[in-house]
Amino acid sequence: MSSSNPLRDPADRRLPRIAGPSGLVIFGVTGDLSRKKLMPAVYDLANRGLLPPGFSLVGFARREWQHEDFAQEVHDAVKEHARTPFREEVWQQLIQGMRFVQGTFDDDDAFERLRGTIEELDKAQGTGGNFAFYLSVPPRSFPVVIQQLKKHGLADQSGGSWRRAVIEKPFGHDLKSAEELNKVVHEVFAPDQVFRIDHYLGKETVQNILALRFANTMFEPIWNRSFVDHVQITMAEDIGIGGRAGYYDGIGAARDVIQNHLLQLLALTAMEEPSSFDADALAAEKTKVLGAVRLPKDLGTDTVRGQYAAGWQGGEKVIGYLEEDGIDRKSKTDTYAAIKVEIDNRRWAGIPFYLRTGKRLGRRVTEIAVVFQRAPHSPFDHTATEELGKNAIVIRVQPDEGVTVRFGSKVPGTSMEIRDVSMDFAYGESFTESSPEAYERLILDVLLGDSNLFPRTEEVELSWKILDPIEQYWDKNGKPAQYPAGTWGPVEADEMLERDGRSWRRP
Amino acid sequence: MKIDLTDTTASKVNKALVQGRRAIGTPAVGMVLTLVIVTDEENAYDALKAANDASHEHPSRTLVVIKRVSRSPRDRTQSRLDAEVRVGADAGTGETVVLRLYGDVAHHAQSVVLPLLLPDAPVVVWWPVNAPLDPAKDPLGALAQRRVTDTYASEQPVRELGARADAYTPGDTDLSWTRITPWRSMLAAALDQVTCDVKAVEVEGEEFNPSCELLAMWLADRLDVPVKRSLSSGPGLTAVRMNTDRGPIVLDRADGSLATLSIEGQPNRAVALKRRDTAELIAEELRRLDPDDTYASALRFGVERLSTSNGSHGKDAELPDPERNADTEGPAAKGEGATAVPTPLEAAAKAPGKEAAAQAPVKKAAAK
Repeated sequence: MSSSNPLRDPADRRLPRIAGPSGLVIFGVTGDLSRKKLMPAVYDLANRGLLPPGFSLVGFARREWQHEDFAQEVHDAVKEHARTPFREEVWQQLIQGMRFVQGTFDDDDAFERLRGTIEELDKAQGTGGNFAFYLSVPPRSFPVVIQQLKKHGLADQSGGSWRRAVIEKPFGHDLKSAEELNKVVHEVFAPDQVFRIDHYLGKETVQNILALRFANTMFEPIWNRSFVDHVQITMAEDIGIGGRAGYYDGIGAARDVIQNHLLQLLALTAMEEPSSFDADALAAEKTKVLGAVRLPKDLGTDTVRGQYAAGWQGGEKVIGYLEEDGIDRKSKTDTYAAIKVEIDNRRWAGIPFYLRTGKRLGRRVTEIAVVFQRAPHSPFDHTATEELGKNAIVIRVQPDEGVTVRFGSKVPGTSMEIRDVSMDFAYGESFTESSPEAYERLILDVLLGDSNLFPRTEEVELSWKILDPIEQYWDKNGKPAQYPAGTWGPVEADEMLERDGRSWRRP
Repeated sequence: MKIDLTDTTASKVNKALVQGRRAIGTPAVGMVLTLVIVTDEENAYDALKAANDASHEHPSRTLVVIKRVSRSPRDRTQSRLDAEVRVGADAGTGETVVLRLYGDVAHHAQSVVLPLLLPDAPVVVWWPVNAPLDPAKDPLGALAQRRVTDTYASEQPVRELGARADAYTPGDTDLSWTRITPWRSMLAAALDQVTCDVKAVEVEGEEFNPSCELLAMWLADRLDVPVKRSLSSGPGLTAVRMNTDRGPIVLDRADGSLATLSIEGQPNRAVALKRRDTAELIAEELRRLDPDDTYASALRFGVERLSTSNGSHGKDAELPDPERNADTEGPAAKGEGATAVPTPLEAAAKAPGKEAAAQAPVKKAAAK
């Protein structure tokens, strides 16, 4: 965006950040993610007036489609999944820039056609050569697509235009593969033109962690080892692996969730205040705290993995992981993982961070709970505070986004009795009932070139350094504990906290 | 849930609000602001409907102040307050109190409103019609951080713009300004696409639509070039034409919904620029509650400094000759008694010597 534009003024806050002339190419456009998230997000952005005039959307897939079929598909996806109401004039604006290129990833002709399409769009729609390539493809196809982009000159930036690559997790399955992947990608795209999507970081609640901590005065003074007892970060799903057996088996919950989402949440919760809110300063603090994460000495007692067994989930009878289609009966893949880590710095030394994730748990929920120590001295007698738990601040990431503060309060009556109460802030109540979807924010940021909310290479590699020893230990020792579907995980996980004199929150 | 109170007081209304909240089972409140709508019976329904729609984005307590007209001397001596308290599904996502003021109390509306404001939350006053001449000095306006008027709804919109400029106090804003945000962002986006010097601008739209004037004044203020206001049959704004050293940039919207952006050397593009309804405008207005300096600056530029299509400067403005443009700006500026006109630094730096010299009178006028 040119800074010499006289119509732009930082004080003029009504004007939204509109992306400059640009287009988005989606590989794997027929996939679920594309239909349910990407296409609706593009429409929602257009509807909110945040896309530049002439914005173009190019789909690339194997299916035999004409431009019209593609437009129809997008139309249906938008009607079904978009957050904002469907408006004909917005659709008319979008449809002019929609193209479809048919082909497979190893098909040189198709990539030549893609290049032709992009050149045609530059002329017809004025996209100015600025294109983002969204790789919504299986990990094994990454290298092929990236190489094809290079081979056909699609990654070349010329005359001030940009070409960006957007990639989805998994970013490898261990440190070595992550480094290889980074090498492949960075050989073609410069590091600052590669955007790794961790859709959690696009969520309002996650961005609010920073606002909560650094814009207020009442939380930060107690956000350290003098007051905090421990931190629990949970991401629970109620669904099983569904049709993703091929992807999931051998990967497991820890690689699928802890490595990216939970460690990112940990970084945001535990990091020091960045010197500014720009991408470099944020990445510096996140890298610092991830680098200070220390694994427990005895991985056998301080990590737990599990597999869901058959059971009842919310009134429905469901099968166990080993009975799922396409899963080896002897599979050791974890569908539940809980680990304890500490952070070696002055702020957090000695404070455990418990991370857990799993499938087929009680309900779908993601939250960060900062649990505080008990008051060092209580003037009330033991019976008065019997029901009082530890104070806590809970950041509810999803669903029902918001923040809960738990503290003790006197029960009305003649005797002194103190019980836990909670004070709630709900987004849905205080702000718009429909916050922007994470993908809206992230796609817009890609087009604007704003990399605040995207994990960088170093963060990805540091996360693997944290997880790799655990995975290696699990490979060699024991096998996953079984837990009935619809419960909050294996007994072993409860025992792990009990040994520390703590217990898991029921989220 | 709805509670009707006849001949009541603010404290009884407060009790009814608490009672209503308890009855629907949500004693906690997450409302972020109080919106006071000051209106007459005729416009109350539409305004309240818009506010309720907007409350989906900004849960608020909405107080509708309806001043009833007294038709006889006896009516005037009696004063009465009737209230209708709505909570739950009847009131969007917040709470609504419709206050009807009869007789004397109509002149002391602030005494009813003050006890009903949410504690420690911002207050916005909105006059859908008949805004006071000086909103900040109005007793109700004085309670608010944000005062929303709508010159579009007035008898002589363009003259009223002048009055708004004279009485401007930080926190004032006008829905005619809100209406043009999509235009402004699209024009800014257009200038993002080409690096060029704008020489002259024409804003075309229906008569008696102050949004056209505001857009023209904003462009004149930001670009520091002559801006011509010309008339069309609408609906609303119909076109903005910018003459630049790289050829014309035109944003044309004939039908009030889909516009065409044409830039010299680039293909024409369709852009959605639908006219928005009042609920959307109010929702945008409530999004930010700090003073809108850009509005102030555009408003203070002064309507009389725009040239109109009937005016003698119209033809000059079309010419992309900087010297001639400088000439047209000189005389126009003399009639200007208004306040600060910030000159964009970039423009000043780029301006040739003569043009810069011609701007001097403007700055002197500002100093007065």
